[in-house]
Amino acid sequence: MHQTAVLGTAMQDARKFGWEFDETVKHNWETMKTAVNNYIGSLNWGYRVALRDKNVNYVNAYAEFIEPHKIKATNKRGKETFYTAAKFVLATGERPRYLGIPGDKEYCITSDDLFSLPHCPGKTLVIGASYVALECGGFLAGLGLDVTIMVRSILLRGFDQDMANRAGEHMEEHGVKFLRKYVPVKIEELEAGTPGKLKVTAKSTETDELIEGEYNTVLIAVGRDACTDKVGLDKAGVKVNPKNGKISVNDEEQTNVPHIYAIGDILDGKWELTPVAIQAGKLLARRLYGGSTLKCDYVNVPTTVFTPLEYGSCGLSEDRATELYGQDNLEVFHSLFWPLEFTVPGRDNNKCYAKIICNKLDNDRVIGFHYLGPNAGEVTQGFGVAMKCGATKEQLDSTIGIHPTCAEIFTTLDVTKSSGGDITQSGC
Amino acid sequence: MAAFCRGRHRWKRTNFLHVLTRNLTGKYDYDLVVIGGGSGGLACSKEAAQLGQKVAVLDYVEPSVKGTKWGLGGTCVNVGCIPKKLMHQAALLGTAVKDAKKYGWQISGPICHDWATMAEAIQNHVRSLNWGHRVQLQDKKVKYLNVKGSLVDKHTVKGLSKAGKEMILTAKNIVIATGGRPNYPTNIPGAVEHGITSDDIFWLKKSPGKTLVVGASYVALECAGFLTGIGLDTTVMVRSIALRGFDQQMAGLVTDYMDAYGTKFAWMCVPKRVDKLSSGALQVTWTDTHTGNEHKDTYDSVLWAVGRAPETKALGLDKLGVQLRKETGKIVVGADESTSVPNIYAFGDIGEGRPELTPTAIKAGKFLARRLAGHSTELMNYDNVPTTVFTPLEYGCVGLSEEEAEKRHGKDGIEVYHAFYKPLEFSVAERDASQCYLKVICERGGDQKILGLHFTGPNAGEVTQGFAMGFQCGATYSHLLQTVGIHPTCAEELTKVNITKRSGLDATVTGC
Repeated sequence: MHQTAVLGTAMQDARKFGWEFDETVKHNWETMKTAVNNYIGSLNWGYRVALRDKNVNYVNAYAEFIEPHKIKATNKRGKETFYTAAKFVLATGERPRYLGIPGDKEYCITSDDLFSLPHCPGKTLVIGASYVALECGGFLAGLGLDVTIMVRSILLRGFDQDMANRAGEHMEEHGVKFLRKYVPVKIEELEAGTPGKLKVTAKSTETDELIEGEYNTVLIAVGRDACTDKVGLDKAGVKVNPKNGKISVNDEEQTNVPHIYAIGDILDGKWELTPVAIQAGKLLARRLYGGSTLKCDYVNVPTTVFTPLEYGSCGLSEDRATELYGQDNLEVFHSLFWPLEFTVPGRDNNKCYAKIICNKLDNDRVIGFHYLGPNAGEVTQGFGVAMKCGATKEQLDSTIGIHPTCAEIFTTLDVTKSSGGDITQSGC
Repeated sequence: MAAFCRGRHRWKRTNFLHVLTRNLTGKYDYDLVVIGGGSGGLACSKEAAQLGQKVAVLDYVEPSVKGTKWGLGGTCVNVGCIPKKLMHQAALLGTAVKDAKKYGWQISGPICHDWATMAEAIQNHVRSLNWGHRVQLQDKKVKYLNVKGSLVDKHTVKGLSKAGKEMILTAKNIVIATGGRPNYPTNIPGAVEHGITSDDIFWLKKSPGKTLVVGASYVALECAGFLTGIGLDTTVMVRSIALRGFDQQMAGLVTDYMDAYGTKFAWMCVPKRVDKLSSGALQVTWTDTHTGNEHKDTYDSVLWAVGRAPETKALGLDKLGVQLRKETGKIVVGADESTSVPNIYAFGDIGEGRPELTPTAIKAGKFLARRLAGHSTELMNYDNVPTTVFTPLEYGCVGLSEEEAEKRHGKDGIEVYHAFYKPLEFSVAERDASQCYLKVICERGGDQKILGLHFTGPNAGEVTQGFAMGFQCGATYSHLLQTVGIHPTCAEELTKVNITKRSGLDATVTGC
């Protein structure tokens, strides 16, 4: 859906590059939804085929422990079957959290619903400031919808705050409305429909002010909860963090119960990312049955937030690096840049931004990589490999750039934050 | 008027006193004179000025055969990387508009492309870059002279202005960074009179129409690619192989994609003559070397992309004994960019055996400036230079081609991991991803150090850059596998690649 929004911008750019077509371009939600869901359906099918090919028994039933080595699986029709196993892997993931306010479950949707919503969501309020909130708000706005994002405090908690704010600013400059420092207190239905009309009442976090707004759709994106409460973990003796329902494991993904392992989003203090889960899962299987000793490396995991202006990063945020090493021991190199593709359409000059954080105490090793610009995932991936190799600033500088690209900016970063030098760009 | 007279007077006096002052004080007009204001020349001169040197840069564009000329900035800015990538972008956006429909965007009516709108927008951007460079030179206190430079002796440069005025400058060191220009196949009747080159294509006011591109360099393929993308009937005429010097498997994927994309290919053909018909169209006669048969067809434009060579004749190099390589006409240079004449240096496209790339020219220029100013002894490292070919399906690479790796290490000494993958964006758009492919060539056994990395797919340049950095750090195959992928991207497939060519197994990536 982000791609759909990106294509919307591409069409506007196309006119500046000489493409001529009708002025009025509208988006049809149903067409997109059907196409996306068909593709997902093909992936579902692909998974089933892959499991079959690899002789994995797939059981479409809800499992829960009844004894440390025994589970009960209940299918859609209520039929129960039982399985015993020498080892178990918990990978139940998470589901979106609701707000716990009147009207939330009845009238609001979450990311679980958005991607298969049968009708266009219309004027939307997104509650939350996670990457889920910003990504969804971002693409909905890109489709031409009226989008407001209600943020309690900061954007992208846990991410580099300067980068988060730049990403947010870009969204605001491109028409996304932000209601900062508010929390919703109740959701009421004004009209039923597809979509209907909802009234949202919210309270300021700083004063007693109450505000109201009308929206067709309210999307809650305030976090995700681990699915560990109804799987009988107590019967198996697996310890769960009462604060967040997550499970602690050692560096071999083993829980406090030796024959029970856990991977993925339910792990306490680890990444909620698919590639990490895949990597952890594969390596676990190889250690258990393949005689391997290789453990999953959770350090320097590159990631990307697919906001309208994408944000890719690897390593430490500037905030965290400063906390760990102290500002004096860090050198931050940064630059604004203007992707060549933006020049002719004349948009977003000096908005894209690149930053690396180097540890002066360790040979100027690159400990943080941050990129705000188009194709952030594609740009960031290779730098993730470089950081895995322990890349230093010198090695970055000795790499020749590919011209013209956005990524090449990292091979010519020479203005430091500490110098206060001008980073606005002009020319080739 | 007064200033002009004063200036002329001063030149005359300088000329006269020239030899005298030099012998007396050993002082030159400039510490450094750079001939050529392209990517390399500008970087070198600005860096030198920043280090306190007195620098002048001489830039002059000899108009192309068709009369095209341009401003400061060299090939990259005016008739290379920049306008090329922008026209490539125009073509990509055409595909994006078509894709958009599958994603629910509703466009009523036909979609067509107007060359003039695109050309004007791109030319305006290039002009803003010319201007930007002039401002930068001024800011950095580099003297810019729009004159054609040539060597008089090893410390003297003559500059000839468009109006025919001569000036003389003396310099402690002279750097030649005049780059290259497209070759015309002068042995083909009608080639020079009726054909154009990359010097002209980006500055055409009107659409080139039905075009024959002769050549199989990246210039030929990139131009043919974007011309096809904006809707023009385009044919590429290839004498033997495409992208000589590049990994040939990858070259095949690039041309296969172009073929499916709509570009016509005339393989193993050589043009014999070009005639202009009374209608104004160009008739090209060529020989199919495979069958020996002769063919004719008419085109609106013929674009020659058969190589580039430096114009060294007018530089006066032979007079000074600056050694050139006969086959290429390029200047023979040492690892420190020195020529056979001390205090005369050459780098960028004009250097023999050097990559013809902007980033290497920029870096080499900066390093040279630092060495000449006595600030450093560091030499330019030309190894591990990554590059990208911006064909409709882009191709990025760093390190050795599979052929070169086999030559150096033997087929048994390398392990090639490869995969055919499908970009997520192609799925809903129902686009064919048959040529989206990547391969990582590693040393077999031991650490499995990466020798070469090759990728065809969207945003190949963006994908390749970071991996090039990994390459620079001596990345091994296990580094790749240890790096977690970013999902969903195309680049992540490089961190997951695990099927070897040796195994013969199906290398198609399946699933999420």
